[in-house]
Amino acid sequence: MSAPKLRPSLADDGKPPGTTTWDGSVTEAGTEMRSYYGRPVIKPPVWQPEIPVYFFTGGLGGATAILSLLARIAGDERQARRLTFVEAGAELVSPLLLIADLGRPERFVNMLRVFKPTSPMSVGSWVLVASSLSSAGAAALELLERAPRAKLAAEIASAALGPLMATYTAVLISNTAVPAWHEARHHLPFLFAAGSAASAGAAGVLVGPLDESGPARRLAIGGTVATLAAEQLMSTRLGMVGEPYHAGRSGWLMRGSKLLGAAGAGLLATAGRRRPGAAVGGAALVAAGELLLRLGVFHAGDRSARDPRFTVEPQRERADRDGTKATT
Amino acid sequence: MSDGEVLGLSITHVTGEPDGHPGGYGDEAMPRMGFFTDTSICIGCKACEVACKEWNQVPDDGQVFSGESYDNTSHLGASTWRHVAFVEQRRPLTVDGGGSLAQVAARNQLAEAGEVPIGESADGMRWLMASDVCKHCTHAACLDVCPTGALFRTEFGTVVVQEDVCNGCGYCVPACPFGVLDEREEPNPDFDAPDGRVWKCTLCYDRLKGGHEPACSKACPTDSIQFGELGALRERAERRVEKLRRDGWTGAQLYLATPDDGIGGAGAFFLLLDDPEVYGLPPDPVVTTRDLPGTWRSAAFAMGALVAGTAAAFLGGRR
Repeated sequence: MSAPKLRPSLADDGKPPGTTTWDGSVTEAGTEMRSYYGRPVIKPPVWQPEIPVYFFTGGLGGATAILSLLARIAGDERQARRLTFVEAGAELVSPLLLIADLGRPERFVNMLRVFKPTSPMSVGSWVLVASSLSSAGAAALELLERAPRAKLAAEIASAALGPLMATYTAVLISNTAVPAWHEARHHLPFLFAAGSAASAGAAGVLVGPLDESGPARRLAIGGTVATLAAEQLMSTRLGMVGEPYHAGRSGWLMRGSKLLGAAGAGLLATAGRRRPGAAVGGAALVAAGELLLRLGVFHAGDRSARDPRFTVEPQRERADRDGTKATT
Repeated sequence: MSDGEVLGLSITHVTGEPDGHPGGYGDEAMPRMGFFTDTSICIGCKACEVACKEWNQVPDDGQVFSGESYDNTSHLGASTWRHVAFVEQRRPLTVDGGGSLAQVAARNQLAEAGEVPIGESADGMRWLMASDVCKHCTHAACLDVCPTGALFRTEFGTVVVQEDVCNGCGYCVPACPFGVLDEREEPNPDFDAPDGRVWKCTLCYDRLKGGHEPACSKACPTDSIQFGELGALRERAERRVEKLRRDGWTGAQLYLATPDDGIGGAGAFFLLLDDPEVYGLPPDPVVTTRDLPGTWRSAAFAMGALVAGTAAAFLGGRR
């Protein structure tokens, strides 16, 4: 049992509200949280812009694998063929982005020393390697127009890994101490799945042909609507920890992504079926919106890690409410 | 803490023992060793910071004047494995005295008359000092998320990074609830490039193997940093905090000293004179892998929705 303390009486800098400080200014009343000179409690992610871009390319590759296989089954051969190349491209770029971001890129192979279920990055590395190999194999056979059975097997493997590719990155960032990510752990997988679907649909519309890209168009529209819904739900549930999704640079990115996505989906829904220009424009807007979404989520996490409020306030509230045992 | 499973493997923990210790070491297991940092007797000399740097050959972490009391190190990081915090604040005299209302009133009268020393100067200044370090958590998020196996649990129950395995993926950096780990940006002559790997306190693994105590506790002139078997340290800490409370230090509290907290208790725990956040420590840290099974469950639903949604897109025809 710790004894009662005078917590609320101290302002952020440790001086009681209303105190005259050395430079003649008067401390403000109000803020109840205390911190160590306003410094972050946790470390912000060290990841460079490659990582949110990989969230986009990985999700695109994963969802495209599903779309491409279904197009194959539906008999949309030209669409399926083109999507196979999109998928292979996305999953070729993805590992390069990841390797580029490593502090010691030449040690990428160390990712494959072990398989650790407790590490979404370990799980994801294995998934990515398997998915990249099968996508590349499928695309190569598609290009050579040989071994259709082996090609189908490779496509099925890619499509089976696709849902993991589209969502594991959300699990990965949720499994950190970063407040805006960890607290959103039940929402980010849906947001990433929806965003991946929208980008795959957009890719399908972009590569065409127009008379086979109906499913892709509907996926782009549906994925965008689902993204907007997931984002809305996340915002309402997160409370103060969700603030970075609205404020500052991350807020601008999130708003930009919603605007681009909504405009693109609207264009696709109204004119995307008949007019090639509208289809291409709408799909490009949707894809750009999804890229901004990943950047926005990334920066929101970064911002929430740098401001000790987001770490301390929910924890303090929880400790006072539930009497957790960090201090005794 | 609840049990959970991912891919058939149990990943959360119910006991006060770390995964892999002592069980994973068989006959080679050693007792779990740790630090008890009693901040009430820290004098802010920074001998621990210096000794750590010297012994572990940790590079310079910059010459800056932060303007934050005597603290120019500011936080733990890749090249700062011990960090002495200085909390220099003006506070009302009555706060730390404690006791009954009558006792407080009597003491205040004496203090106003300048007749009683109560551990603080007359203008109500307080100066807390605390040497921070890696907590060597019972359930360590950094170790859980490391995809290469570079982070491991030693035979002493501590958590150590293998520098020849770490590939600088950076996952452990935001995973740590205390902000202990960071990537080292300084050039490394061996690589002819930025070092790029993560570094943190090893609890002087090499010294432990040689039967010596860690450099920081060895150098501490007041025994504010005490090294030993964790069980014994916890008992000693209990007695110490009780004594401080009897003496009127109502803010005195043990931090991360029991297996019941969100990290299963720390190998390096603390006696603090105020709430953890005052020292820059999180008030209720949790190992995030505790929530991983639930996160994967949500992801499974999202994956199902993705497949179903994509299939549904084919219902409307080809064009």
